[in-house]
Amino acid sequence: MSVFNQSRSNIIRLIFLGLFLIIIVQLFNLQVIQGKYKQLAMNNAVFAKVKYPDRGIIYDRKNRPILNNTIMYDLVVVPNEARKTDTFGLCEILGIDTAEYKKRIIEARLKNGPYRPSIFEDLLEPQLQARLDENIYKFPGFALVERPVRVYPFNAAAHIMGYIGEADSNIIKRSNGFYHMGDYVGRNGLEAYYEKVLMGQRGVEFLLKDNKNRLVGNYEKGRYDTSAIRGRNLHTYIDIELQQLAEKLIAGKLGAVVALDPKTGGILAMASGPNYDPNSLTGPNKQKNYGRMVLDVRAPLLNRAIQGFYPPGSTYKPLGALIALDEGVITPANGIGCTGAYYGCNRVVRCTEHWQGHSANLRLSIAWSCNSFFSDVFRKTIDNPAYHSSRAGLVKWTEYMHRFGLGHRIGVDLPSEIGANVPDTTQYDKEYRRSWNSCTMVTIGIGQDKLTITPLQMANSMAIIANKGYYYIPHFVKNFENETEKDTVLRKYRQKHEVLTHIPKDVYDIVQQGMQDVVDHGTARVAQIPGINICAKTGTAENKTVLDGKVIQLKDNSMFVCFAPREDPKICVAVVVQNAGYGATWAAPIGSLMVEKYLTDSLRSERVAEVKRISEANIIPDYFERLQFKTDSVRAYKWFELTKDSNYIRKYLPRHHSVKKGNQVPAPVVVKPAKDQMINQNLYAKRSTTDKRHP
Amino acid sequence: MNNQRNPTISKGVDSTLIWLYLLLVAIGLMSIFSVTYHEGDDVLRSFLNFKTNYSKQLIFFAASLLIGLFILLTDSKFFTATANIWYAFGILLLLLVFPFHTNVKGTESIIKLGGFNLQPAELCKVFVCLALAKYLSRVDTDFSKTSSQLMAAGIVFLPALITIAQAETGLALVFLAFFLVMFREGLPAGYLVIGFSLAVLVVATLLVERTVLVIILTCIALLAIYFGWRFTRRRRELIIIVALTWVVCVAVIWLAVPFIFTKVLQKHQVERVFSLIGRENPYANSNTVEGFEPVAKKDTDYNVRQSKIAIGSGGFAGRGFLKGTQTRFDFVPEQSTDFIFCTIGEGFGFLGCLAVLGIYVFLLLRMVNIAERQRSVFSRCYAYGVASVFFFHIAINICMTIGLAPVIGIPLPFISYGGTSLISFSTMLFILVRLDADRQMVLR
Repeated sequence: MSVFNQSRSNIIRLIFLGLFLIIIVQLFNLQVIQGKYKQLAMNNAVFAKVKYPDRGIIYDRKNRPILNNTIMYDLVVVPNEARKTDTFGLCEILGIDTAEYKKRIIEARLKNGPYRPSIFEDLLEPQLQARLDENIYKFPGFALVERPVRVYPFNAAAHIMGYIGEADSNIIKRSNGFYHMGDYVGRNGLEAYYEKVLMGQRGVEFLLKDNKNRLVGNYEKGRYDTSAIRGRNLHTYIDIELQQLAEKLIAGKLGAVVALDPKTGGILAMASGPNYDPNSLTGPNKQKNYGRMVLDVRAPLLNRAIQGFYPPGSTYKPLGALIALDEGVITPANGIGCTGAYYGCNRVVRCTEHWQGHSANLRLSIAWSCNSFFSDVFRKTIDNPAYHSSRAGLVKWTEYMHRFGLGHRIGVDLPSEIGANVPDTTQYDKEYRRSWNSCTMVTIGIGQDKLTITPLQMANSMAIIANKGYYYIPHFVKNFENETEKDTVLRKYRQKHEVLTHIPKDVYDIVQQGMQDVVDHGTARVAQIPGINICAKTGTAENKTVLDGKVIQLKDNSMFVCFAPREDPKICVAVVVQNAGYGATWAAPIGSLMVEKYLTDSLRSERVAEVKRISEANIIPDYFERLQFKTDSVRAYKWFELTKDSNYIRKYLPRHHSVKKGNQVPAPVVVKPAKDQMINQNLYAKRSTTDKRHP
Repeated sequence: MNNQRNPTISKGVDSTLIWLYLLLVAIGLMSIFSVTYHEGDDVLRSFLNFKTNYSKQLIFFAASLLIGLFILLTDSKFFTATANIWYAFGILLLLLVFPFHTNVKGTESIIKLGGFNLQPAELCKVFVCLALAKYLSRVDTDFSKTSSQLMAAGIVFLPALITIAQAETGLALVFLAFFLVMFREGLPAGYLVIGFSLAVLVVATLLVERTVLVIILTCIALLAIYFGWRFTRRRRELIIIVALTWVVCVAVIWLAVPFIFTKVLQKHQVERVFSLIGRENPYANSNTVEGFEPVAKKDTDYNVRQSKIAIGSGGFAGRGFLKGTQTRFDFVPEQSTDFIFCTIGEGFGFLGCLAVLGIYVFLLLRMVNIAERQRSVFSRCYAYGVASVFFFHIAINICMTIGLAPVIGIPLPFISYGGTSLISFSTMLFILVRLDADRQMVLR
């Protein structure tokens, strides 16, 4: 029988070989053709741990650190290992309930998966961290992880330093994959502008992990690891004590103080009011604080020194005088007879001085800030017979203004600077349909009309006058560690801009003399400092706002610019205090205190009282309260519309009581917090009343 | 002859098989070692303390050698004489599992004897192989008769059914390998064709929507009838045969496949089949079989995906011994038993795999050659039985690690960790060697 089926042994051999051939083909496919499996195995087993470098430190001019690095702790959870954790104990320590606990665990699971650590609570308070550290053995799956955090030892320079935050998807996209999720980047201020210098270089450590994501050792004994390179330190021109004084003086006011060194363009201090403590944006409550400040209509996060634009008022007058002298339309001895107003155009431009002779010549007119005189000077500049038309005159004037660094971004080393506005022919053509003349814009002569400038530009224009024609772009950073050829970021700040050096020195002398008179016996006598010749100019600029459909005339902006000492200028200061009144009452003392602090390194004892008076004054206009209420209500109503959750509205309605009398606010609406519908109706009622009062 | 004067156990022994056996066990030990070893372990001590897998495997190897020695000392007539008794013993062992089994890793097929897990289903293959050989070598066995066919099938299916009852479908499938033996011994080729067609039909049912499949089949049947009627002699039987085939196919598609997938196979097995072909399991909600859930409830294709990553990451030349991250950090589950091939694939790459496959092919072809040189039908049938079982194990095991077959837990002969499997494979091989040594004798 056996003989019969012998041929079938070959079929069996063929079956064997056939299947092995299939296996070999598939193996060849897996191991040789498809290259992806190596990468997949790497993804499985190798964990690239990023080693974050320390960010660079920022020092002031005397090498005191304005900001520094410290370590804070995050509570991190690995959801799958946290099953046996003492939930109640943990909730008690953190002060949360179990529902919140569950919610966070689910969030962690969704974010990084059950085996990877995710942040459970970030930036723990020191006491909380200590308590958790003692009890952490009770909470398997939880761990405390270090995180470098910025601290500000002087509690100052918040607006200049900016802050750091986690890179968002926009930043990651723009960086072409340079930044990763969870990286910290400078989000504002010097932190953002010098991000590349400060951030250093990330290191990577390749670690092996097993199937439960536990780390089991170094990959290839660390052959591919790179170490982190520390960020480079910045050395700035900032005088931190001067900065603290500036912030103290501007606190509780809307406005800005800028002090710079005219010789180098280095900014010595820059404060914006209202200001905030930079440490409030790093610690455990940073989200809460940030949210509060973002919603504040007084905009404490806004750096008004570079983002606030103000009509310069009388502080423009020295520039107007210089332009007119250079153009030859006036001589220093020319004067006009002012009796309290300028009648050259159809409208009346009022002047604060009435007595005969305060405008007898240029020097006196600057000292007494004569509006009539400078209206006349401006008209003469525009209607300069040399150019045959006021259009050409305005073009020439605009060119001068640009040379003074006005009307465009000056290029300070902070992000989001604005350029403010120097009006030109296009703007007037558009508004007056090409029919305008020097009388249309006569108030530019006294720093009003469409002319706006930022406090930084103001300070810089003073630097040009102090330097008699040249300036360096104002900047904070003097140099940084290990600066090489490749670091071009500081190049533009070391370049001298000789914009107006063609004006003869004696012309500058005349204007400077006038400005010195302002302090010696003119409008800014409060700014006098014995032994120092200060050149200054006060300013008082009108302004108004629209609220509830009605134009409100606000108190004047108080402004002051100066430089000192006149013989060898070392500091230029520009001060703006919004809605405070005369320049001499608020801005001038602030400027003078800054100069004294910087030049004599201390303040005379009799000036301490003045510091106290100014720093304690709260000059925030009343209407902000109404504006805050309105903004919040509108926001609450939007949220209510979106979520149908009446809590948003309830939160804001009781604030009626805090509104002071004299404001056009309807009587408080009594809210019965019973039914959502009711509140809805009340809201409409309130809105309609508002409309009736201000049609 | 010289042999008669100096009779030793090495007389007539096929040394090639023995060398291949030792080589494969060595590869197995090394692979198990590379799975279990952690950096800094004292290798010598852990090899001798008998706590790690590789040192246990070393004991099993020693036991296998001892059993092999006894087998080689036995007279080959002993196996023909006692084949049926062994078969009865095997069935008894299988039945003993029901009262005495222990639950290990989702199977009910293991009896715990001290520290040793005995899996009778694994051992039973040896006995079935002997009994089948015994039956086929009877003078009055004639495969052209249905009664002989049924008897042979019965010998194979009885232990297979008991094994299925123990939730070890994978091991039960191994018994299908014996059809190769029957085929060699004269089972009509039609069975092989029908079996193959059925397999194709089942796979097609899983891949294609069943209404579409039925329509396609109907079209094929109608065309067959039309052309058959037109171009051949007009016979009525043709229509009947085609119609019957059509009915059977439709029955398989509509009734048999859903029945198997809902009432016979366990849920996780069904999931594995569907994850292999990359489809959603359509019977997920109608499965009524109460079985054990897989131990770690990961997604069904986790094992295969990790196994493919391990083998694929080996590349052409491999990552080197003890360098594979996939196998050393336990990404592949069951990797010292069912997925041991990953270790070779990752550590030694395509070349290493080719080498191991080459050894296996050599072993199988050697067995077929040995089978063909036997004078005794018993020896030949036994040799084919061994070759078929080995082939089934090797092919299915490797196919499941590279994603060509659904994951059914059957070990890789001589390489996978496991006492019962090593001992039963060794026993099979040594009996073969013993029978081959006496190939001049005609055994009945």
